[in-house]
Amino acid sequence: MTAAQPRRDPLVSMRGITKRFPGVTANENVDLVLRPGEVHVLLGENGAGKSTLVGMLAGLQQPDAGTISIGGRSERIDSPGRALAFGIGTVFQHSMLVPSLSVLDNLALGGSWWRKPDRAGLVARLREMCRDIGIEVDPDVVVGSLSLGERQQVEILRALLRGSQVLILDEATAMLTPKGAEDLGVLMRRLVARGLGVVLITHKLNEAVTYGDRISVLRLGRNVGEIGPTALASLDRKSATDEIVRLMFGVDSRSTTEEASDRRDAHAINTSNPPPVSEEQPESPSPLWRGVRGEGRDALTDAFLCPPTQVFQPSPLTPLHKGEGNSFHASEICAACSAALSVEHLSVDDPLMPLADISLRVAPGEILGIAGIDGNGQKQFAEALAGQRPVRAGTIRLDGHQVGQLDVAARHALGLRYVTDDRLGEGTVAAFPLAINLVLKEIGARPFWVGGWQRSATIDTHARKLVADFDIRTPDIQTPIGKLSGGNIQRALLARELEGPARVVIFAKPTSGLDAQNAQATRRRIRDAAASGVAALLISTDLEELLAVCDRIAVMRQGRIVGVVLNDGMARQCVGEMMSGA
Amino acid sequence: MTTGRVEAPTRREADLYATSSRTILLALAPILVALTLAGALLLALGVDPLTYYGYVLQRGLLSPLGFEGTITRMAPLLLLAASLIVAFQAGIWNLGGDGQFLLGALTAAAAGPPLAAHLPVSAALLLCLIVGAGVGAVWALLPALLRAYQGVNEIITTLMMSFLGVSFANVLVKLVFRDTTTTVPQTRTLPVADRLPRLFDTTVTSGVLIGLVAIVVVQLVITRTAFGLRLRVVGANARAAVHAGLPVPRLVVAAFVISAGLAGLAGAVEILGVEGNVRADWNPAFSLTVVPLVFLARFNGFAAIFFVFLFSVLSIGGESAAHRMGVPSFFNLVIVALVLVLLALAEYLGGRRLSGPVA
Repeated sequence: MTAAQPRRDPLVSMRGITKRFPGVTANENVDLVLRPGEVHVLLGENGAGKSTLVGMLAGLQQPDAGTISIGGRSERIDSPGRALAFGIGTVFQHSMLVPSLSVLDNLALGGSWWRKPDRAGLVARLREMCRDIGIEVDPDVVVGSLSLGERQQVEILRALLRGSQVLILDEATAMLTPKGAEDLGVLMRRLVARGLGVVLITHKLNEAVTYGDRISVLRLGRNVGEIGPTALASLDRKSATDEIVRLMFGVDSRSTTEEASDRRDAHAINTSNPPPVSEEQPESPSPLWRGVRGEGRDALTDAFLCPPTQVFQPSPLTPLHKGEGNSFHASEICAACSAALSVEHLSVDDPLMPLADISLRVAPGEILGIAGIDGNGQKQFAEALAGQRPVRAGTIRLDGHQVGQLDVAARHALGLRYVTDDRLGEGTVAAFPLAINLVLKEIGARPFWVGGWQRSATIDTHARKLVADFDIRTPDIQTPIGKLSGGNIQRALLARELEGPARVVIFAKPTSGLDAQNAQATRRRIRDAAASGVAALLISTDLEELLAVCDRIAVMRQGRIVGVVLNDGMARQCVGEMMSGA
Repeated sequence: MTTGRVEAPTRREADLYATSSRTILLALAPILVALTLAGALLLALGVDPLTYYGYVLQRGLLSPLGFEGTITRMAPLLLLAASLIVAFQAGIWNLGGDGQFLLGALTAAAAGPPLAAHLPVSAALLLCLIVGAGVGAVWALLPALLRAYQGVNEIITTLMMSFLGVSFANVLVKLVFRDTTTTVPQTRTLPVADRLPRLFDTTVTSGVLIGLVAIVVVQLVITRTAFGLRLRVVGANARAAVHAGLPVPRLVVAAFVISAGLAGLAGAVEILGVEGNVRADWNPAFSLTVVPLVFLARFNGFAAIFFVFLFSVLSIGGESAAHRMGVPSFFNLVIVALVLVLLALAEYLGGRRLSGPVA
């Protein structure tokens, strides 16, 4: 943490902020000090607590502990209206404008209801403001016809016209084109030049380095570090990124006992119960799988610090394991024959994040991690594998059989399982009993249905068994699953997907939103499943988790696999760099 | 856990009892309050509410003829309730029941007399019922396909198709199927001997049995079969249905076709059992009337039977009572409306959301 000299008194300071939600501590003892004339970047993964923290500034939520002072006085921001009155304006990721109204009408909204909006005065102020900050906005154009970047400018204008001194931009660049993001960067500089304080929330490292004067990193709801203006100015781009990677993924700031024991568990399993293929080399869990063809070309052309042996060779015919003597050829070991899951040149269309040419193999008993910053195509990949979304090109093989043309139910029956991260949105039907949710992917199948008629006794027996086996804490198997806690809903999902002849299980962010104990139990399930011969694909944005659990880690960026590394001493550095694309 | 397990069953039973009695209270209390409020309205109109309700009971329930009328009225309402339950459970707002009903009715009315002349009565009736249901189902295909494959809001499309269906039925009565032997614009009248048989020695049509069977079958299919569960999953969480690999568009179309088929069947049953012909501009608008009853019943078929019965008493008795006491005959709709408003209020105060279909 760098001790930077504040140039002026802070506009807003948050001290010791703690915010808890049922089962989750979103913020724990977080400090954030916003100074005039600075772009303060709040950096962290999804779920790190950034949005909760600024939600409290915006008056959407109240802290459970800690103080917020504005201009040196401790204040309570108990509504969005109060926040605006204090000069704190927020621009959310999704546009909060009325698309069918003109820019001017949108800006006039929120005035006193009994007064006719002073349109002429507003136009004059709008023109003046536009001139001051150097943007062009036509007040009469309908908002719906503007690009997302232009809408954002209108939202910023609205905040400024209401006299905001602090401007919060929540994931402001997420929906913008690169050009739009650049324009926003220029605009932010002009704003801070006028003495405003800007908070930019992002999970993109390069934006943090490009736009920020000061960078605070949040991780699992805690401050893990801050880089002040002087320090940031003295670092070049590369070393600044390195420093952030160290803060975001480094152990020094977060070596809790839970994680440490997790890692010990992982090693204990790997050494006492090595997967069959790894007997020759207990150090690297599945040496054969080093040779599996990964989409390594990008990773190789990108200049990052990993030693070449860390990256899989682009051709399966290249000698696989340099430097350790035993160079296999992929053709000799016939990886495709023994892989539980093999994906070749998979491409998927998607308006937000299409997938291009993904090739991966996962062996029985192996845990392959998919690392990457959220929104880089992980969800699309998981859904394509599970059969929830059409595939444009490429093949998916389960135990050597093509499954690309099968539907979800058929793939589930063959043992291809998907533990979704959207537990309430798509994983369960909240209002339905736990017992029914446990057979949701087998509706109509024996023995739970015979001739289309439900066998409730069988379904209940099955549910009771899973409740006991997976330790689902529920008042009753008929309790609507939506009434259970997040951890228990996750146990139910794990029970459903791991039950029966599971061969390949995709775990999408399986510990997100869970407390430490449930997260640990979930990781143990994943390892147990792998130990019993299941091929596991673990999609996670938590590098620590991947390092603790996986045999190999693939990195996904912009809808591609940019590299696959063995989980050994160098993995942390390599994966972190490939993730950020630095 | 261990200690809890011993007493768990008793507590669960108590909970269950508390929940179900609470549900019944939440459904019945609004009815009682609505009757009280409607009584106050009657007082304001200068009518003695007790006399009015007395007439309603007398004419709708206690007199033999009134009771028979009530049961007869239940036939189409039960089928429409079954129709709506299928749709609502699958998360579909089929508000086009009136158009489907009327086209089913017209089909039965047009096909009945010629078929009865050439076929045995039972075969003719069966054919009329099937064709009536089929035409109702066809009328819902357009909204069904638009909803299933294009995501077009079916509230709008089914209502539009309903207006079109009602008008189309009228045009057909006046231009195509008009009975040339009378001056009244209506279809040929099916002889009483060729209609659905009456039950025992009463005026009650056997159509009510069709209605009862339909609603019980619907209830069993929805709650006890894989198909019913698939429909309910689609209705409760369409994204979970996709995640579980259900063919959502096909299920939506199936729910539409069954729902509209039942509505068409209701029309056919009403013609073959009660009316005998379709008069021009005849539109009882039963389907929209049944919507609130199905909500009151929380999409439960057995509860719907009870509410349909209650409404039929109110409707048959109310017509007579209104006539006698100089109250507009729409007054029983006022009572139903009051019940609904109070139901919503009870839901709000009870802190529970009405788990209706998600539009």
